[in-house]
Amino acid sequence: MPHHQLIVVGGGLSGLRAAVEAKARGLDVAIISQVHPGRSHSGAAQGGINAALANHPESHDDTPEKHGFDTVKGSDYLADQDAVMQMTKDAPGIIYEMDHWGCPFSRFDDGRIAQRPFGGAGYPRTCYGADKTGHYLLHTLVERAYERQIKMYIEVFVTSLIVQDGACRGVTVYDMINGGFHAFTADAVVLATGGAGRLYSNSTNAIISTGWGGAICYYAGVQMEDMEFVQIHPTGLLTTNILMSEGARGEGAYLVNGEGERFMARYAPKAMELAPRDITARSIQTEINEGRGINGQGYVYLDLRHLGAERIKERLPGIRDLAIHFEGVDPVEEPVPIVPSQHYSMGGIDCDLDGRTQMPGLYAAGECACVSVHGANRLGGNSLLETIVFGRRAGAAVSADLLGSEAGPDPSLAAAEAAAAVETRVSSLASRGTDGEDPYDIREVMTTTMKEHFGVFRDERTMREGLERLLKLKERCTRMGLRNAGGIFNLDMMRTLELEGMLDLTLCVAQGAIARTESRGAHARTDFPKRDDENWLKHTMASYTPEGPVLTYRPVTLGFFEPQERVY
Amino acid sequence: MPEVKLHIKRFDPAKDDPKVARYDDFVVPYESHITVLEALFSIQEHQDGTLAFRYCCRAAVCGSCAMYINGRYRLACQTNVLHVHADVITVEPLPHMPLVKDLVCDMTDFFAKYEYIKPWLIRHSQAPEREILQSPKDRHKFNMPIDCILCGACYSSCPSVWTEDNYLGPAALMKAYRFEVDSRDEAVKDRMPMWDNERGAYRCHTITNCVEACPKELNPTEGIQWLKMAAVRRRLFGKTK
Repeated sequence: MPHHQLIVVGGGLSGLRAAVEAKARGLDVAIISQVHPGRSHSGAAQGGINAALANHPESHDDTPEKHGFDTVKGSDYLADQDAVMQMTKDAPGIIYEMDHWGCPFSRFDDGRIAQRPFGGAGYPRTCYGADKTGHYLLHTLVERAYERQIKMYIEVFVTSLIVQDGACRGVTVYDMINGGFHAFTADAVVLATGGAGRLYSNSTNAIISTGWGGAICYYAGVQMEDMEFVQIHPTGLLTTNILMSEGARGEGAYLVNGEGERFMARYAPKAMELAPRDITARSIQTEINEGRGINGQGYVYLDLRHLGAERIKERLPGIRDLAIHFEGVDPVEEPVPIVPSQHYSMGGIDCDLDGRTQMPGLYAAGECACVSVHGANRLGGNSLLETIVFGRRAGAAVSADLLGSEAGPDPSLAAAEAAAAVETRVSSLASRGTDGEDPYDIREVMTTTMKEHFGVFRDERTMREGLERLLKLKERCTRMGLRNAGGIFNLDMMRTLELEGMLDLTLCVAQGAIARTESRGAHARTDFPKRDDENWLKHTMASYTPEGPVLTYRPVTLGFFEPQERVY
Repeated sequence: MPEVKLHIKRFDPAKDDPKVARYDDFVVPYESHITVLEALFSIQEHQDGTLAFRYCCRAAVCGSCAMYINGRYRLACQTNVLHVHADVITVEPLPHMPLVKDLVCDMTDFFAKYEYIKPWLIRHSQAPEREILQSPKDRHKFNMPIDCILCGACYSSCPSVWTEDNYLGPAALMKAYRFEVDSRDEAVKDRMPMWDNERGAYRCHTITNCVEACPKELNPTEGIQWLKMAAVRRRLFGKTK
């Protein structure tokens, strides 16, 4: 049974940065990933990464404090302010480090890293590499992981946590290339498995962003925080929901309705197209709902044409390619049809500023985690920042916690039991085979339910109907059948196994959203349109029980900025 | 409802002889629009759950789903079936690569060669407190190779790779080029021996299959020719870059 001091699950930006840090501090580290790390969803990020470098001519007096204020205001005051201030303080340093490691940021004429304006930000502070910033950052960290000779187990699918005496001591896995269920033991585990976008049928996310990493922690007794806060990005391509970067609007693109009007003037007269994502998505949805979509249909235009061919090709070549290949529209010539699309999970595995969860030995970083720095609404450019800042911090914390402390008792017995439990679960699913409920039908109903009942606007009745549908699916899940067990590269088995975890996370979203009788950030209720700080300035904590999540609440950490009304 | 017919190459290591090709046919209905990747998912979900293929971003940026589709290298996610213009779409794994299962090929050698050329920025001098300054002009010099998604299409298409197992191949050499032309890199002398030999740049015979195969429309051949010229410049004129 392979053993490493630290196992990092997930090879995206958070996982790679955690592994690189822990290795530099002397730990024996291995990454386990379902895909080659260079294929991780971090690479799909486009617009940029925020840091108060003050490189832009209009941002010479920018500071981490101002970045912190914008982030807290953007979060609708639900973010923990100590965590936000830590992130914005760490930001410039990690950007310089990525530059020293070779990240190909775009440059200003003076040779400094280029910055562009982004939604909800008081200064142009989003550092970028064209509109492929995630790809460039990801490949830079993959390169660093190779340089540091970090062991990678690639195309290995994690199936559960190994828990001994209440501490996390490794993971069980399905080996996609060689087949079989195995255990990997460790002194500590960092979970960096990304978001849960695929709970929704209209997600911009990669197909592997199912939330499964969060679900296995949730099953092991770790609380999920603020799961009802789901970011809907204003601009996904109409037919595929593929992301059109906020960088487009940062460069000056317009949002235009069926009447040819720049409608953002009605909703955010100062910020216009660069209002935060929650406000912009609601504005678009309102235009559509009131019949002012293009030809009265359910979409509006993202218009880049006035930027000119040269600027589009220089600054936004990636989204131009995507629009051409996936929508058949060249943004140089035509406006791009877009719809609000699920984009980001603000909530996730509850952890502190150093990634420590409630379970000893278990750490979390990146989109699967909730520190919380995004609160009720994340600002564009802050997710790439979060992955690297908190990946690094988790790697440092786990090293400090492990070095100098004695290794716990031998986990091999707990590991064998955990691996056997997974095999039992697979056998029981396989015993129903094609007689059981169809997992793909359950998945389809689940994802459309989330889109239709827990989207941009929410109300009690719609959400209750949605919850009823989800509970019926949960019941069907108990009779679900697996058609193909064992073998190698068994997509059927992995996708069936992770489905119940996805469904349990949808219940966290649904019940958290129904309980929260206010509107805050991305959680916009037509029946409770106002923010209610008196009763709801608090985090939702969901604990797993077989009957569904049990919700408790925890106060928000304030201390820097008093909550005020959000106007843009 | 329109339908698309797919003719898919299959391989199960538990029962198939890799030398004998086996194909299965599927018909996939769709509403108005479907990509090859979406069609593969539809088959996996509703017709044959054992079908194996790689996927991740479905937006042409992760490099997982490079395949050989109707005789051309393409990303399955980026290929609208209507744009293939064929009654039957033949889907095969990347040719000339060892197989894992069905459309999944073994990328071990590909990544070993990538790692061999030390694909990371090397610096010897003390890092500045802020960023290393780089002019937009210098930054532009490696605009092309940094868009590589390591999908393996170029590597699979290269006759020099087919005939010489040791050849590093277009993707790894383009990565070497990427660091050679980065003004921040300080490893000129260390890098050159890795590609200045018979398993490196000189094994490229400018057949340019890689240029045609690349789904990101990059030009690995150009990068490799730059390496050859750099070797000449350095040998004859003692230039360092």
